[in-house]
Amino acid sequence: MSDQSHDLHQADLAPGEESEGGIGNRVIGYVVGLGLALLLTATSFFVAGTDLVWQPSIPVAIVVLAIAQMGVHVVFFLHITTGPDNTNNVMALFFGILIIVLVIGGSLWIMENLNHNMMPMNQIMQMQQ
Amino acid sequence: MFGKLSWAAVPLDQPIPLIAGAVVLVAILAVVVWVIVAGHLPYLWREWITSVDHKRIGVMYVLLASVMLLRGFSDAIMMRAQQAVAFHSQGFLPPEHYNQIFSAHGTIMIFFVAMPFVIGLMNLVVPLQLGVRDVAFPTLNSVGFWLTATGALLVNVSLVVGEFARTGWLPYPPLSELTYSPGVGVDYYLWSLEISGVGTLVAGINLVTTVLKIRTKGMSYLRMPMFCWTTLASNLLIIAAFPILTATLAMLILDRYLGFHFFTNEAGGNVMMFMNLIWAWGHPEVYILILPAFGIFSEVVSTFSGKPLFGYRSMVLATMAICIISFMVWLHHFFTMGAGPNVNAIFGIASMIIAVPTGVKIYNWLFTMYGGRIRFTTPMMWSIGFMVTFIIGGLTGVLVAVPPADFLLHNSLFLVAHFHNVIIGGVLFGAFAGYTYWFPKAFGFRLHEGLGKAAFWCWLIGFYVAFMPLYAAGFLGMTRRMQHYDVPEWRPWLIVAGVGAVIITIGIIFQVAQLVISIRDREKLRDLTGDPWDGRSLEWATASPPPVFNFAVLPNITGEDAYWAMKAKAKARGQAEPKEPDYEPIELPRNSPTGFVCAFFATVMGFALIWHIWWMVIAGFIGAFATFVAFAWRDHDEYEIPADEVARIDRINLAERRNLVTAAGSV
Repeated sequence: MSDQSHDLHQADLAPGEESEGGIGNRVIGYVVGLGLALLLTATSFFVAGTDLVWQPSIPVAIVVLAIAQMGVHVVFFLHITTGPDNTNNVMALFFGILIIVLVIGGSLWIMENLNHNMMPMNQIMQMQQ
Repeated sequence: MFGKLSWAAVPLDQPIPLIAGAVVLVAILAVVVWVIVAGHLPYLWREWITSVDHKRIGVMYVLLASVMLLRGFSDAIMMRAQQAVAFHSQGFLPPEHYNQIFSAHGTIMIFFVAMPFVIGLMNLVVPLQLGVRDVAFPTLNSVGFWLTATGALLVNVSLVVGEFARTGWLPYPPLSELTYSPGVGVDYYLWSLEISGVGTLVAGINLVTTVLKIRTKGMSYLRMPMFCWTTLASNLLIIAAFPILTATLAMLILDRYLGFHFFTNEAGGNVMMFMNLIWAWGHPEVYILILPAFGIFSEVVSTFSGKPLFGYRSMVLATMAICIISFMVWLHHFFTMGAGPNVNAIFGIASMIIAVPTGVKIYNWLFTMYGGRIRFTTPMMWSIGFMVTFIIGGLTGVLVAVPPADFLLHNSLFLVAHFHNVIIGGVLFGAFAGYTYWFPKAFGFRLHEGLGKAAFWCWLIGFYVAFMPLYAAGFLGMTRRMQHYDVPEWRPWLIVAGVGAVIITIGIIFQVAQLVISIRDREKLRDLTGDPWDGRSLEWATASPPPVFNFAVLPNITGEDAYWAMKAKAKARGQAEPKEPDYEPIELPRNSPTGFVCAFFATVMGFALIWHIWWMVIAGFIGAFATFVAFAWRDHDEYEIPADEVARIDRINLAERRNLVTAAGSV
């Protein structure tokens, strides 16, 4: 990291700050985001109730739509981009995702393993009674 | 009207807490009366209580930690004395009191000594090292400090009003549930940590933003002093981990207050989930404490060896690796809970892997010292003492990271010895090294060297005498938290440990004496140059104590060890300063009572929640919220120091430095 990267970090923007574009562009950005978000929401409601697709694929479809929804929020509302002015925000996002995956994934794995090896608590309590 | 609170809450039948409480109360009243009578109150209010200056807040954090260290240490002395005498007898502490003491000792030492100490040092030093005027959010900084103080206050109130938790420093359910702990002890624990946890979180956000966003010109990431890197890593961990603690304790609060069943035995609650979540916070917490200490040792070792830090980049890498891996090892705190061999093996291996970056650091410090011209000052003594002690603690840690060994040693005194070995030998020695090293920066005079070294030797020897026997007692099968015991083999070890605690007490007396005598002799120990240790990083480039704006002109950095490079350039030139810089007026944030007022209402609210005084809860909440709104609405949040004033203040320091260079030249 040289002086150049230092200059870049000075131009770093906080989430929600916009460097370029007038109010019009920003409104359009939010409207597009809102449209996509509504579209994805409507699609998931539609998929959940439809007979048009193979039934076992529905949960997968809903997960995919949910992740797409997150993507839309991140891009259009939280303004996380790949631009050089956004390095800190992207790193913060990935650090957050990493920690959440580690903690939640780890907890699920540990508790699952525990329930497999030990009798679940409510059964122990029943035995004691 | 007063919820569960009545005169029965004051333990009139227990002399020890009552007398201790009375002494503390009289001392506090005496100080308050003295402050008011001597007319210091306006000064205190203006310059300290409402201050948003990061240096003042840092000093207040360290002061809070020091006072709480005395409280936590008196608990330790009582435990050591109890275990030394309670062989075939009940000792002098009844079980319910003994349980409160070990719970309070752990809670206080981690949350209200170690945390405020390292956060205080980070607050004091990091903006100076980065070459900037303040932290990113000055008023938030003050709020964070005062909320931490609120938590400390609530823990101490429990001494005389009601009781403290008897559940250990982490309130494991089902013991901490309402069924088994119906008193207010656990509630004191929960609310003081919820409130101070918010304070810690805002401090973390503040320091991360400061390091990432406001550095002086040319201070790229890889030119930052090591302490700034460890601050960044430690505060990233705070941001990631403290919400887990807050959420877990909130779930326990819901269980206790609203009849939820997160961690109860019945109705589908899962006790094990509490251990899992609390340690998902608890293990990163260990590294939140030790990483800043590593940073302090890096600064101290490099300064007093007169060399740049060996392997700076590997040190950065090791720090950031620890930052991530510390989130992958938490299960090693409950290997015995019953997870399968695959889970235990993976977390065991991860726990051993995290020792690798720490080992890298140890070698880096050793190689920094190698070939250096080492000055054995007090901070350097603490650092060398740390290296030896911490290696032993680290190795016993790797030993308990092996699941089969852990099955034997779990909850034994071996474990107690291990974590005191790393926390005293690592965090506390680091905090003391930083305290001695940066004291002249904060106040403009040094601490007495002789007494500092005496304190160091007492602490070092006292530590070994107090905790090495506990390893032995652990091997002999003694479990932790025993109020009395009947095994004759344990007794000699516990008596020796008691002697160790006495030696540490002498060390603490030396430290208090050092502070008092240094203040008395401050003119003799005065440092006018601002650079008493021949330092390398930017905090030494300004006066001691630094002016409120830190730097008259923000420095422009061209490499690592920024201040060392400036000095080298000045020496080569043969003159201290080339020509006077162009001074400009400086804008600074106004002082604000927001933090203090907010914490006052938080205290009211916390106390009311503990005792179920609902009208007072609402009053406290409205007060805190109104404070926030009032702060958000203020218009004038900055004031300006004119250029002439900046120049006047800066010229005094420049003249001193010029004298120094001329004097050195004439010798």
